[in-house]
Amino acid sequence: MPAGPKPILELHDITKAFGGVEALRGVDFALSPGEIHGLVGENGAGKSTLMKIIAGVHADFSGRFILDGRETRFRSVRDAHAAGIAMVHQELSVAPDLSVAENVFLGNQPTNRLGLVQWRRMAREAGEQLKRFGIDVDPMSRLGDLPIGLQQLIEIARVLFSGARIIILDEPTSALSPPEVERLFATLKRLRDEGTSIVFISHFIEDILRVSDLVTVFRNGRKVAETRAAETSKPALIEAMIGKGREALEETYTHDIMLPPPAEKPVVLNASGLSLARSLREVSFDVRSGEVLGIYGFMGCGQLELARILFGKLRPDQGTLAVAGEQKAFRSTADARRAGIAFVPESRRDMLFHQEPVYKNISISVLDRISSLLLKPSRERAIATRQVEQLRIRPAAVELDLGMLSGGNQQKVALAKWLSYPPRLLVLCEPTRGMDVGAKNDVIHIVRDLRAKGLAIIVLSTEPETVLSLADRVIVLKRGAVVREFSNERISKDRLLEAA
Amino acid sequence: MTSGESVTVPVSDRKRPQRFAAILRSQMRNIAPFLTLICLFGFFAAASPSFATLDNLGNILTQISVTGIIAVGLTFVILCAEIDLSIAAIANVTGIAVAYFTLQESYVNIANVPMPGWAAILLALALCALLGLVNAFGLTVIGIPSFIMTLAMMQIAAGISALLVRGQIAYKVPPLVSTLGSTSIGGIPWIVIVAALMLLGGHLVLTYTRFGRYVYMVGGNREAAEYSGLNVKLILGSVMVISAVCAGIGGMLGVAHFGSAQQNEFDTYLLDSIAAVVVGGTSLFGGRGGIGNTIVGLFVLGVLNNGLDHVNIDSFLKILIRGLILLAALVINVYAQRLRERTAD
Repeated sequence: MPAGPKPILELHDITKAFGGVEALRGVDFALSPGEIHGLVGENGAGKSTLMKIIAGVHADFSGRFILDGRETRFRSVRDAHAAGIAMVHQELSVAPDLSVAENVFLGNQPTNRLGLVQWRRMAREAGEQLKRFGIDVDPMSRLGDLPIGLQQLIEIARVLFSGARIIILDEPTSALSPPEVERLFATLKRLRDEGTSIVFISHFIEDILRVSDLVTVFRNGRKVAETRAAETSKPALIEAMIGKGREALEETYTHDIMLPPPAEKPVVLNASGLSLARSLREVSFDVRSGEVLGIYGFMGCGQLELARILFGKLRPDQGTLAVAGEQKAFRSTADARRAGIAFVPESRRDMLFHQEPVYKNISISVLDRISSLLLKPSRERAIATRQVEQLRIRPAAVELDLGMLSGGNQQKVALAKWLSYPPRLLVLCEPTRGMDVGAKNDVIHIVRDLRAKGLAIIVLSTEPETVLSLADRVIVLKRGAVVREFSNERISKDRLLEAA
Repeated sequence: MTSGESVTVPVSDRKRPQRFAAILRSQMRNIAPFLTLICLFGFFAAASPSFATLDNLGNILTQISVTGIIAVGLTFVILCAEIDLSIAAIANVTGIAVAYFTLQESYVNIANVPMPGWAAILLALALCALLGLVNAFGLTVIGIPSFIMTLAMMQIAAGISALLVRGQIAYKVPPLVSTLGSTSIGGIPWIVIVAALMLLGGHLVLTYTRFGRYVYMVGGNREAAEYSGLNVKLILGSVMVISAVCAGIGGMLGVAHFGSAQQNEFDTYLLDSIAAVVVGGTSLFGGRGGIGNTIVGLFVLGVLNNGLDHVNIDSFLKILIRGLILLAALVINVYAQRLRERTAD
């Protein structure tokens, strides 16, 4: 234990199980005032569970919880709030239909003596706070109309300026652009210097090393290391995260990568002049069989809408789609599926059935191929078992409810459902977001295998690494339009960021 | 692979009771209604000697038959996390329609259009299917929430009923309908047999067919169903039609069972059907439950309604008691959902 001021929060021997599965096993954790504490670990290692215990989300655990030197136990998030603890969760939790100001003051709007909300004061203060954070928006605009990255920043801002003395941030940077990350880090450091304690969870180890004072590593529900950030390095942390005897799996992509020349294969999908309200303008491209097309752009560049047009969820105002040379106008996602298009959205929650067993999650997209009227459960299980083996989904139990799997394995299930009858075109949104190094690598291998089998694949991402690790050809979207195409040339993270 | 190791942690023996508790919690939705049924049955059997007899069991079965037939379709709707408030009104209008197309006695002052029995039945079925299609259209194509859409349909169906009977009462229905609605075979009323067959059919469809799986998946996570390439609108539309047709069949047999067709005859069946489905443990949030739950719910309501007649109780208090039991079931329904979510977290 590094010496420091007396800790504000101490946890001893924390154990927490979910339905018989132990997520945390005998973990000790301490947090000092004026400290940024980084947490790293693979998906399912227990970081988020521990933080949810601190934030009062999980009230049911064993072990000692000591706040300000006194043993306490939160029964709810409200208790934690009252004690000055606030958390930004991995998934966005904002009220999209309320104004920016209402979101910033959610739960503690300023009121006058009659208990009425002081709208003007609220808008003014919200605007001032957000400006300090580098966000210049009209505080009375509807939050849902803003880009997702901005919504996430506003949620973070709400917690940062709530006056909490312990702030927990779970993967706050995954949807942010580099300048936004800079502003966030500057604010975190200022808050730390003012005495706030901050816990920072991230898969981006560079971010952790840059901003944290202390780093704690989790593996398999246990704390395996705690060091000063200045005294460790990325390879050392990765080794601690995934255990000894493994190569550093992640490439940094700071060097140039050579994109291959375009293949002389048949065109699987041709998009021509796609336009959609304010989101897309005249987007055209081809994807060929056996090719991975990367579509890169910052949050809000229109890629989410583009992906949904390809899968028949949204209908373009203008423009056409042709699958294998045949014009298509999808009226539903079922039409797109029948045309051989598969889709994995950026959020796993939107893709999977958490209360259903793994095999039903995998078979859902192919039920009409294996049964006309009556279900064939044994056939479904066989298909699911094969996919679970091929994609190395763990635990390899197709009867388990999906919700019991870790995030990375859920993402694999989201892929698996499309692969028992391979589609012609696979559209992947953020296929590796929020994943640990090992699971990321698995997904990269899966995508490369599929490409080798002749699928056409479109990868849409806001993370340059994801695009660079997968794509044969890259187009860059900016404010709904294609601004650059990289093909048969050198590409690097810098050039991609520059183009966007 | 590394990513999933944490969830393969073996459960040590001292944790067994905890796992048992977890299973118990996840099954709360099925256990609670069943316990309620046993308690109610035990209570009334002890309180009244005339309750737990074979005769009275037959009474209960007959009393829950019409509700049962209507509740089959409603189960599909609630499994999809939608609601159908028009079932009782559709049952009523279908029952009135089948009488309207049947020759009435001369003293019945209705401008009816007599037809052969089979034609009257087909027309009545077509009417309820059509009303279901209108519900489906409003819900899926226009995008009106089912709660509002079916509220409007409730009024529309009641309006059609009013126009057809104009305050009068019709008595005659086609022979097939009156046989199924008001006669017995081997001591078992036909209406009980029809209800049992429809419940069985609903169960088979939900459990063993592709369509049934889609219903559960759409109810479990509509977004995910859509992103899995299911035609969600088609499925939602289908359940609205199924619900209307089941209500129509219930209405036709009900009219034969009561011996008359008139306005507002089925009003209590709306609440009873919803109560049966929800008390049985089918989740109002969709995706959980089924016909098995609905059957338990039907019996809870049937035993309660019938049992209260056997004990000496203020008949006005009965209504309050039914309301309280329904409230308790709703609390359990929502609580079971929360417990399960926590277990699967």
